[in-house]
Amino acid sequence: MKSAVVVFPASNCDRDAAVALEQLTGKKPAMVWHHDSELPDVDLVVLPGGFAYGDYLRCGAMAAQSPIMRDVKTKAEKGLSVLGICNGFQVLTEAGMLPGVLMRNAELKFVCRPVSLDVEETQSAFTRKYEKGQRVSFPVAHGDGNYTADEATLDRLEGEGRVVFRYAPGDNPNGSARNIAGILSRKRNVLGLMPHPERVCDAALGGTDGRPLFESLVEALS
Amino acid sequence: MTEITPQLVREHGLSPAEYARIVELLGRAPNFVELGIFSVMWSEHCSYKSTRAHLRRLPTRAPWVLQGPGENAGVIDIGDGDVAVFKMESHNHPSFIEPYQGAATGVGGIMRDVFTMGARPVAMMNALRFGAPEHEKMRHLVSGVVAGIGGYGNCMGVPTVGGEVNFHPSYNGNILVNAMCVGLARADRIFKSAAKGAGNPVVYIGSKTGRDGIHGATMASAEFSEDSQEKRPTVQVGDPFTEKLLLEACLELMATDAIVAIQDMGAAGLTSSSAEMASKGGSGIVLDLDRVPQREEKMTAYEMLLSESQERMLAVLKPGREAEAERIFKKWELDFAVIGTTTDTSRFVVRHEGKTVADIPVHALSEEAPVYQRPFEKRAAIAEEPAFDRTKPLIESLVKLIGSPDLCSRRWIWEQYDWSVMADTVQAPGGDAAVVRVHGTNKALAITTDVTPRYCRADPFEGAKQAVAEAWRNLTAAGARPLAITDNLNFGNPEKPDIMGEIASCIDGIAEVCRALDFPVVSGNCSLYNETNGEAILPTPAIGAVGLIVDVRRMATPALKRESDAIILIGETKGHLGQSLYLREIEGKENGGAPVVDLAAERRHGDFVRGLIESGKLDTVHDVSDGGLLVALTEMAMGGGMGARIARGDSADAIPFCFGEDQGRYLFALPATEADRVLREAARAGIPAILLGQTGGDRIAIAGVGEVSIDALKRAHEAWFPGYMSNAELPPTN
Repeated sequence: MKSAVVVFPASNCDRDAAVALEQLTGKKPAMVWHHDSELPDVDLVVLPGGFAYGDYLRCGAMAAQSPIMRDVKTKAEKGLSVLGICNGFQVLTEAGMLPGVLMRNAELKFVCRPVSLDVEETQSAFTRKYEKGQRVSFPVAHGDGNYTADEATLDRLEGEGRVVFRYAPGDNPNGSARNIAGILSRKRNVLGLMPHPERVCDAALGGTDGRPLFESLVEALS
Repeated sequence: MTEITPQLVREHGLSPAEYARIVELLGRAPNFVELGIFSVMWSEHCSYKSTRAHLRRLPTRAPWVLQGPGENAGVIDIGDGDVAVFKMESHNHPSFIEPYQGAATGVGGIMRDVFTMGARPVAMMNALRFGAPEHEKMRHLVSGVVAGIGGYGNCMGVPTVGGEVNFHPSYNGNILVNAMCVGLARADRIFKSAAKGAGNPVVYIGSKTGRDGIHGATMASAEFSEDSQEKRPTVQVGDPFTEKLLLEACLELMATDAIVAIQDMGAAGLTSSSAEMASKGGSGIVLDLDRVPQREEKMTAYEMLLSESQERMLAVLKPGREAEAERIFKKWELDFAVIGTTTDTSRFVVRHEGKTVADIPVHALSEEAPVYQRPFEKRAAIAEEPAFDRTKPLIESLVKLIGSPDLCSRRWIWEQYDWSVMADTVQAPGGDAAVVRVHGTNKALAITTDVTPRYCRADPFEGAKQAVAEAWRNLTAAGARPLAITDNLNFGNPEKPDIMGEIASCIDGIAEVCRALDFPVVSGNCSLYNETNGEAILPTPAIGAVGLIVDVRRMATPALKRESDAIILIGETKGHLGQSLYLREIEGKENGGAPVVDLAAERRHGDFVRGLIESGKLDTVHDVSDGGLLVALTEMAMGGGMGARIARGDSADAIPFCFGEDQGRYLFALPATEADRVLREAARAGIPAILLGQTGGDRIAIAGVGEVSIDALKRAHEAWFPGYMSNAELPPTN
């Protein structure tokens, strides 16, 4: 599996994503600069966490308009797998590649802590190596992770099995509707999630619950 | 031309004698621009004029110290060609006036100090002191400071991994925000600030210059009064996005060999950075202000020279390398301008609109800056034995203490900091030291900040000793070899002999521990005039320390890990209650003497504990500090979600035994089968060690006294901070 990580000027989890990808795919990902207009030939693109262009405007709003995102969007429509983590999820919603928005956390504060998640769907390239209903722990680190959409959209997401990760009951860190932590696109090739699977791929960091996500991708896309 | 009147001189914070000296050095009266330049360069903040004579007593050398004080940050060797670069710095005055931006720009400033040296910042710590919780401004200050630190550090993608927080009424009008940054670099890629050679281009990089922060350094060199809120416009506004670009662009430029010298523009901005670089390089400098990127129109030379706009750097390049550097900064969409050149005249010359607006010998701004031997009086240390009620119920006191403002969980704070970004944080906030792996290796840095200001008030010498010793102990408890410290000396007005006495004694205390434990000072910062309406803060010499864990698979954490482990206490327990949190929180008294640190014992005990960790026999250790033995044990139990049963020891007096703050002690837990051998080893080494009890169950139980569930302790521990921050009504503090 060949992968790429998009680097916006204030991406700050680009290295973490690259380390996890190299560790679990055996290949260094290509690092793609936001000004570039074309992605290299890859099977997976990761939009990493961080603050893109500072996010002084709505998080991800400017990044969604960057030159590289045009190509990401075009290729995603043709089936390219895209993983947006944290700020990457915000960029995906701003780019219209995923429905809904990520609002300010309900408590109006940045929050960084491990959260318990339930894996709701294993019918995806991102989660096939998890068990359905498996409880995992990933850290979150964001100020704007409060997933919101209208009721009809939420019902559709649920009905189509596109809610992939849900915060465990009582462990919703940001007020997200229906405890939603991560969702798939209609074609199931784009995943956006607020928690950081790339920070739990190394036992020394307190867990390896993120590894199956990357192992799933390797199995599905190789 | 503005006339230089005695009134104007006074407004610039210069004394008549200092002004006379300026006239003597120049051979004429300064003009208005020059007066502004002298006022910042000779300010306490930039010149260290009150402390310089005393700071010389601090030990700064060791074989592993590659750069001691005098550069933007200290540098220590951590093996394999890797170095750690670190410094702690205060942003106290601005944070009191405008907490979010004051704290945020404090974080930005200390990060620049570290990446100026060529290092990538990998960890942030902060030492915060707030006033009494019930003070009307305090919630606003706590929430603003914490949000500001998080807002800046989180965007930078540098984990904020720990720190310390105290509340005390002496900080009501002068909170302290001390931020520490630790970076990693290669030993052969360190950058310094000496602008050597003539004819080299001087380049300006980063943000544009605006009218913000003018005279920030002068503000930081005076006391506050009722009208200090009027100084709000002197506080700078941070832009972490630009700083992130500046970090990446500087590191990219540093990968070339185009740089002769580089320095961040911090306090006193363009003036201080250029004058210091010229001074260190033994060169002169000519600046052309018309080329400085400006955010506002019609800025005067005075404003540009004294602006403290953030996220700016000054570099001296090798001739002919400008285009290469410019390409990098354009890529990162930052301003880049050649604004001057180095000369061989040893003069600091500034041109604006075709005219020379300042022409000063460089040495007049640096070496000739005043150094004062201010009169000082050393106060006698308080040595009284405090009285206390021996009948107070011990378990109730424990629950109160663990939920008190100075001992309760800091989760409300550190959950607002991204402590796990960079994916190398192997010990998160909440332990004795934070531990951050050296990326791509099995080595790690242990980092801590420590000081107990109430000890320093009772006994400045012993209190400062304790601060350094506790930092050493915290690193040791994680299994690290302590290497070096950075000191952030926060005091009141040095023109008062008793404050100057506190400063002198604290420096002596720090120096004594540095020598005894081979733990030199490699960088630091002084923040004086922390007074409002004549009331000084507690003497607060905050110590930031860094140690090396050779193999991160052999480190220790405080959390209890296994049932039926033996719990062993290292060090002597006399039951010292003077200045203890027990006295303050339970008896409502702040009296008695500070505990004394026996440095020979400190070293013996620490080396013994570290040896056990490094040998792989020990993974559960906590130092015993604030709150004493029972608080330390409770923290270990809460961390592991596991109880412990202990005997009261052979002391007849349970309260001093459980809550005394005697120094040089560690608690640890290890499999019971190892206990006898370890106790025998300790005895052979002449180290006091007692078997205190064993782990297990869901409660802390003290034989013959009582017990309390871990759940109840956790509830008390976690409740105070969120309750305080969310409630209009204060939860009771005792």
